[in-house]
Amino acid sequence: MLAPRTLSLLLSASLLGFSGLTLPAEPPPHPHHPPPQPGLNGSDGALSADLPVALRVFSVDYHHVQAPFEIVLWIMLASLAKLGFHWSGRVPAVVPESCLLIMVGLLVGGVIYGVRHSAPPTLSAEAFFLFLLPPIVLDAGYFLPGRLFFENLGTILWYAVLGTLWNVLGIGLSLHGVCLLASASLGDVSLLHCLLFGSLIAAVDPVAVLSVFQEVRVNEQLHILVFGESLLNDAVTVVLYKLFESFLRLPSVSGLDVLLGGCRVLAVGLGGLCVGLFFGLVAALTSRFTSRAPVIAPLFVFLYSYLSYLTSEMLHLSGITAIVTCAVTMKQYVEANVSEHSNISIQYFLKMWSSVSETLIFIFLGVSTIQDIHMWSWPFVFSTLLLCLVWRASGVLLLTAVVNKLRRNAVTFRDQFIIAYGGLRGAICFSLVFLIDDFPKKRLFITTTIVVILFTVFVQGMTIKPLVELLDVKRKKRALPTVSEEIHSRLIDHLLAGIEDVVGYWGQHYWKDKFEQFNRKYLRRFLIREDHQAPSSILRVYQELERREQRGDEEAPPVDPRRHGRPLLPEEMDSIRRILSRNLQRFSNKQTPAYSRHALHQDAAVERPRRPLHSHQSLGEPCTHHTVTHRPQQAEDREFSGAHRVRAGLSRSHTVCSISPTLSPGDPSASAQGVRVDPEPPEAHTSSRHQAPEDRTAKKQLSFILQNEQQQ
Amino acid sequence: MGSRASTLLREEEIEEIKKETGFSHSQITRLYSRFTSLDKGENGTLSREDFQRIPELAINPLGDRIINAFFPESEDQVNFRGFMRTLAHFRPIEDNEKNKNPTAGEPLNSRTNKLLFAFRLYDLDRDDKISRDELLQVLRMMVGVNISDEQLGSIADRTIQEADTNGDNSISFNEFIKVLEKVDVEQKMSIRFLH
Repeated sequence: MLAPRTLSLLLSASLLGFSGLTLPAEPPPHPHHPPPQPGLNGSDGALSADLPVALRVFSVDYHHVQAPFEIVLWIMLASLAKLGFHWSGRVPAVVPESCLLIMVGLLVGGVIYGVRHSAPPTLSAEAFFLFLLPPIVLDAGYFLPGRLFFENLGTILWYAVLGTLWNVLGIGLSLHGVCLLASASLGDVSLLHCLLFGSLIAAVDPVAVLSVFQEVRVNEQLHILVFGESLLNDAVTVVLYKLFESFLRLPSVSGLDVLLGGCRVLAVGLGGLCVGLFFGLVAALTSRFTSRAPVIAPLFVFLYSYLSYLTSEMLHLSGITAIVTCAVTMKQYVEANVSEHSNISIQYFLKMWSSVSETLIFIFLGVSTIQDIHMWSWPFVFSTLLLCLVWRASGVLLLTAVVNKLRRNAVTFRDQFIIAYGGLRGAICFSLVFLIDDFPKKRLFITTTIVVILFTVFVQGMTIKPLVELLDVKRKKRALPTVSEEIHSRLIDHLLAGIEDVVGYWGQHYWKDKFEQFNRKYLRRFLIREDHQAPSSILRVYQELERREQRGDEEAPPVDPRRHGRPLLPEEMDSIRRILSRNLQRFSNKQTPAYSRHALHQDAAVERPRRPLHSHQSLGEPCTHHTVTHRPQQAEDREFSGAHRVRAGLSRSHTVCSISPTLSPGDPSASAQGVRVDPEPPEAHTSSRHQAPEDRTAKKQLSFILQNEQQQ
Repeated sequence: MGSRASTLLREEEIEEIKKETGFSHSQITRLYSRFTSLDKGENGTLSREDFQRIPELAINPLGDRIINAFFPESEDQVNFRGFMRTLAHFRPIEDNEKNKNPTAGEPLNSRTNKLLFAFRLYDLDRDDKISRDELLQVLRMMVGVNISDEQLGSIADRTIQEADTNGDNSISFNEFIKVLEKVDVEQKMSIRFLH
């Protein structure tokens, strides 16, 4: 493991060196530049000045490519660092990625500072808000577990709005108190400044939260609470920040202004929501018509989302809310409309961009720490740190006490601790602090912000995992739901909806049913291509099963050994279990694994493309597979059986087909027909053989029916 | 309607219902007014038609079975006690109840009783087994008409196979409980009745 690591470090170091040399404020004179001739433009290439001089074979024109070159270098550095991080064995288990990236950034910043003796390039707020933040939030929004999010929406809003308000006011006012106490050094920091600072430091940052919770696998209800809060508190933060900033510019502040500010929070949040909804629906509609040009279909997803973000930023609404809403809205329709390959492209691009963005953000955080403009003040910094922790903890405790009365699923004390402790600050605070109008103590604010960010990311980020383990937070269970669970859960859902109707109580099932009806009747008809409208999600699941069989998913979890000897098909069960777990509506949030940045095709991923393939080629060829399966298979030949599963497709004659390696640990030479039939009496053996041809014909008809249904 | 409601429901009855079902006083009175509003015939009992008049229930795929669940065996009318007894299954389990004296008999909203209620939705003939046909019927109701019989049959077969431990090709109540052991039934099958 050491060699690739050192290799990547070497590469990084060389890149650093290069960047150190090439990032000065003015480009050095070209080494091969010919002596300037009178009347000639000095920065031209060697060609025009060559008349008296021989032709240059090789010359360097850095100026020409400077800007994109530097950007690419930074991205390359970030990606190599990330690569090195993942190759470094035990380190990721202890130190979250964000910490390591910041450390790399610190290193790079130090090198640049050492080489050039001036501050390294800082993360400009504009670049951050316009280019680096949207991909991350889009990725998060696209893979948001929708159902869970909406179930917990009340609680999330409660934490986001009220919690942020509590934190902002608390931190602002207490800091002002501290400034008054230490008026010798901090006397010129006014109340409004403190409130402004409070507004930007109180907000929990989705980027940091996401990156740390990657490593910590908490149950996803908890994950969605913290993450949802970090997403939605953007609205509040933006408004408060802008509010206090404009108050600072006003000569005086009246009560009316404060009231208007409150209304603005609502307007900003709802406005962002509406913008996102609009663009989401338009994107869904557009994707309906992309069948003739499937290659650019993914582009629309990104374009519309980014457009929604920019539009709401333009209108001073909450961009994060807009982009998240857009992603959540358009997702199911886009997935239905667009081909499988496009779906995968969309997901991979999202992950890639958000990964790059996140890495860049953290590295720049590290780089920007090395600066000349720090101003230190022990009381201010330490009291800020303390107050952040204290106010967050108290806020969470109080709010949870209230909200637990209204929730079915109470937020336990351990969950509360994780919510409070997992409130990390990140690059949003950092960018916001740079945007403050200049005033004497601005540098102090910057320093304090950086300290708080570093503290939360490093200390809280590193200790949260051991603390979680210590407190035995209810971890997500790895078990996948079975077909029975899905079906019975669906039954229970319908039952509960019915009982609620009887009782006349409009619980969450009622609204969910109503939305589903509306969705089915109007939205899906309008926004999804005709040939893609699947009738029922159990059918969709079934189709998905077929599809994945054909793609030869090798991720079959080991089969429960007591399934041996059944007349029916355990392998199919695994497949359908996998498919169901990824596709059907999640009914119990304890079962669903939380969103994972680094994984797409794992059991840990949340949502899956549900659409069957365009070309149901395998549907038409069940006959040929039968002959294949009749040949006796040897269990040792894993590849053959693996490939076999791919080709078996719909014929699904796994009883006669070969086994996946996991199935037969004790059956070294299992023949195709007899693989799990050894313990069984011969009649069962023959009957399963008997069944197989019938099964196959049945499945053959089945596949054709399926195909016909699709075409209708 | 209102005045009739209060006169017809005596305090002793409320107490009895409270003891049997665990609902609070206000919940019982509120549900009683709902009961009387459904009772178009004003005879103190509900018939199947009264239930079918609830519009959302009519489009619920399991509507008929749910309605059926309210009526005790081979009866066509359900009185308020029966109504409450059925609804009691959906009361959320409170923490203080979990520590109750186990010899006092299992409350109606215990996990087992909730699961039994769901089980009975499948098991129409009350033979304590969900046969393949019964499962198919329910699946057909839930899935609609767009899925073929063979596919549905396969799904049903799988469902039975996952649960069946004694090989009788049907799901007994214990097998049902076992299959759903990881599902948070207490939370799923609970309605927060307004106080």
